[in-house]
Amino acid sequence: MKSHALAAAVALTATGLATAGSAETLRLLTWGSYAPDALIEKFEEMYPDIEVEVTYSNNEEMIAKLRATGGAGFDLAQPSHDRIYAPQIEYEIYKPLDLTKINTGAMSKVHLDAVLENTTIDGEVYAVPHQWGTSGLMANTSLAPDVSGWGDLCDSQYAGKTSMRLRRTILLGTAFAMGEDPFAAYADLDAYQDLLDRVADELIECKANIKAYWQGGDDLSAMMLSGEIVASETWDSTAYKLYNENPDIVFIPPETGALTWIDTFVIPAKGQADDAAYKWINFVLDPENIKIMSASTGAIAAVPGGTELLPEDKRAAVSAAFSDEDIENLKFFANIPPGVEDMEGKTLEKIKAATGG
Amino acid sequence: MSRDARRLSLILLFAPFALWILLLIALPHLGILALSMREKVAPRVYEFGFGNYAEFITEPIYWNTLLRTGSMSLLVTFLALIIGFPIAYYIAKIAGKRARGALFLMCLIPLWVSDLIRAFGWILLLRESGVISRSLQWMGLTQSGIEFLYNDAAVIVGLVYTVILFMIVPLVSTLDGMGDDMIEAGYNLGGNSLTVLRRIIVPYAMPGIVAGCIVVFMMTAGSYLTPILLGGKNSSWFTEQIYNQFISRFNWEGGAAFGVLLLLFTSGVVWIGLRLSGQSLANTVARS
Amino acid sequence: MTDQTTAAFDLDCEGVTKNFGTFRAVDGVSFSIPTGTFFSILGPSGCGKTTLMRMIAGFEEPSAGDIRIKGKSVLSVPPNKRNVKMVFQHLALFPMMDVHDNIAYGLRCAGVPKAEIGARVADVLERVALPDLARRQIHQLSGGQKQRIAIARCMALNPDVLLLDEPLGALDLKLREAMKIELKLLQHQFDTTFVYITHDQSEALVMSDYVAVMNAGRFEQIGRPEELYHAPATAFVAGFVGDSNRWSGTARGTEGETVHIETETGLALGGSPRGTAPIAAGTAVEVFVRPEFITVTRATEPAPEAANHHDGTIDSVLFNGANSRVLVRPPAGGLIEADVTLTGGTSDLRAGDAVRLSWDAAQTMVFAA
Repeated sequence: MKSHALAAAVALTATGLATAGSAETLRLLTWGSYAPDALIEKFEEMYPDIEVEVTYSNNEEMIAKLRATGGAGFDLAQPSHDRIYAPQIEYEIYKPLDLTKINTGAMSKVHLDAVLENTTIDGEVYAVPHQWGTSGLMANTSLAPDVSGWGDLCDSQYAGKTSMRLRRTILLGTAFAMGEDPFAAYADLDAYQDLLDRVADELIECKANIKAYWQGGDDLSAMMLSGEIVASETWDSTAYKLYNENPDIVFIPPETGALTWIDTFVIPAKGQADDAAYKWINFVLDPENIKIMSASTGAIAAVPGGTELLPEDKRAAVSAAFSDEDIENLKFFANIPPGVEDMEGKTLEKIKAATGG
Repeated sequence: MSRDARRLSLILLFAPFALWILLLIALPHLGILALSMREKVAPRVYEFGFGNYAEFITEPIYWNTLLRTGSMSLLVTFLALIIGFPIAYYIAKIAGKRARGALFLMCLIPLWVSDLIRAFGWILLLRESGVISRSLQWMGLTQSGIEFLYNDAAVIVGLVYTVILFMIVPLVSTLDGMGDDMIEAGYNLGGNSLTVLRRIIVPYAMPGIVAGCIVVFMMTAGSYLTPILLGGKNSSWFTEQIYNQFISRFNWEGGAAFGVLLLLFTSGVVWIGLRLSGQSLANTVARS
Repeated sequence: MTDQTTAAFDLDCEGVTKNFGTFRAVDGVSFSIPTGTFFSILGPSGCGKTTLMRMIAGFEEPSAGDIRIKGKSVLSVPPNKRNVKMVFQHLALFPMMDVHDNIAYGLRCAGVPKAEIGARVADVLERVALPDLARRQIHQLSGGQKQRIAIARCMALNPDVLLLDEPLGALDLKLREAMKIELKLLQHQFDTTFVYITHDQSEALVMSDYVAVMNAGRFEQIGRPEELYHAPATAFVAGFVGDSNRWSGTARGTEGETVHIETETGLALGGSPRGTAPIAAGTAVEVFVRPEFITVTRATEPAPEAANHHDGTIDSVLFNGANSRVLVRPPAGGLIEADVTLTGGTSDLRAGDAVRLSWDAAQTMVFAA
């Protein structure tokens, strides 16, 4: 692990040097399934002089990769909206966007505003929205009919049959379930630490009830489908996929509100193909292309009527999950101030190390 | 002229090795060391200091995890030795030429697939709705499914399975060098099976045993995926904390300090092992 | 056995047989070795001598027959309980122990008290004349020292029989010659029965009290070295022990003690019948004549009285001091070897000289083929 990051840095620099000559390669750093082959082929057909290279990653690794190189090695990246402000302040890994080159008019206002509000630093905008989704709960309604809030994962009637991912989402969800507003507490880090401690106590208490912490969509799906667990914290897209296989398994927005993320587009500080990057951003705003994208990602495009552009089966899963009230109640992830990740990380380690059950 | 040419070719021959050592081993470690001594005081502001190490010492979670990782790695090493020694002995001294190849191949199989696939293989076997649990249910030995996964035993089984080849190879190569007459002499001079094993075979194989143990211990202590995927709610592994420091917490400085500590810790354990067994690096790892 | 007056035998083998699948490696071997004898088993590689020795040591189980040590059958005794020690071909000293520990290993296994071990190791080292090497590592020893330590390691345990499996094979020639004498002396000194296995007839002849010649799983002959040399019982022994001129031929008739032979190359020879099979006119025979019994005289000089005379020219001279030899080509073809003394003077024989070869019928050993 130790030498991994620096070796990666060396490797990235090497790729950077190697591709420096041909500005017409678009190096995309994004989530798995966020760059379906059909879409890349279509894009390369439309712009024959641009070649798309894709690297799949997640929020934390995207930032780690860009931090290792000071923002080089990629031309376009897609972190979530809450992961832009603090990393930019700390590591300066993004470059300001030229909104005149982006078809912002096609984006849904609520998501565009949320992203602009969260990612504007010194008057410069660093991100625009792409797709959005939520984190919440999922339950097999035939086995666990009463799941409605985060705290139900710790309900003893489901002892040994629930799961969660030991990441920040469950900290925030548990804080909401305790009647607190963790995003409001960001303003006072001491208060937030106090809240985290109480959340940690709650989750350590809950440990005995948990079968295992899931690591990724695959093991979560396997546990849920096999009936080894009946309820879990989840990404909505995972729940939608399972709904297609077993309609008893539904996504449940917690009563305190599903936590909403928006994956964005950002241009890394040392990106070398800005024009191509803007072309890709506008390209995937085309309704036809959104259909292809959403079919692949299972997430909803941040455009007016984005839900309508989902494929049939996903749309059914979404409407089975969300009422209008739930939509009203969505909680957007708030910007993570510098230092909070470290506090949360330490809390998570404390929970993992505790021998609660 | 020809001497210069010879020197040049020598330099060229050694250049890749030297570059490899310098760029991929020495520099990253120095970088990590330097990084670990940077204390973060504010965004983009760092100072030299040992705060990251102090953090490790003052937080029991961290050093408990390191001790836990170390002791479990020792257990894995011990099990790999206990299981690997008879296999190596069979391959080196008893099996025929063809069986030998087949046996080596069988030990190699775990390495044909990636860490991840291997872990998923174990998950399929051990999980509550997995092969073993289902078989037990089918045989009527248990009513409800049994969860074999998500505990320390699963982690140990998975790790032993992964590393056993690295124990067997050095053992086979040292045992290979031991003539059958050595063992026969052991019996001829009056030793029983236990004496021959204890006084002759094991001491003879000691360089291989120590080499295998060092490699296996290092690999185990530094493994990541197997403990994460097979481990349970409480199964912290030190590499996981390093990953968390680097990736989730954006705390490269802390992660670097942890990395240095893991290296020091494993080196220390290896040093103690060498002292206790009276071996040196030169005649164990460097030999085979 | 040759010396039936000695009642106490250290080692008895009776009809010992060993089959590996359908292959019979050792075939009904019987012999008894009197106490304190240097006994060699001489045979070409693959003759079964190593298998025989491994059966005595207990590493192989006989398919049939009995092995007795000091009169007691050891068939059911595991190798580590037999008081038969073995010096292996490559010595098998334990490289991870020093000299002292190598010797002490067996004593410890035998449960000798700690206090006594040191004294016994020192004692045996003294007897092999290496008293100062106790703390030496094995790889620091010379070839000859290793040899002696390997013997000392066995002798420390006072074995009834010491088996030696071609232990000189790995040594260079000079050292081998020296060790032959040394082994013989050590055997005298320890006064223990040595059973020595070798394919080198000179080792066997020089050191042994008795030699058994083994071929294809059977003992051809057991006897004192000079008996084997001068009175071989079979054509194999005649051919294997010592150098010989060898012809295949047919008996043409007998005349008193002498049998007349015509070889395939057309030489007419008079010889003495040996072995047990009767020889009459028409019997196919093998004929052996040792080079030292052939007298070489120049064609111009008078030859000694003898049954056999053959003229020829010297093809080549093999100079080896007192043991020099000439190869003589008779008109009929083939080569005959004869020992000569070369003094370095002008009268010495040279290639191309015409010579006459003479030897007695008694020195011409004739076996039915």
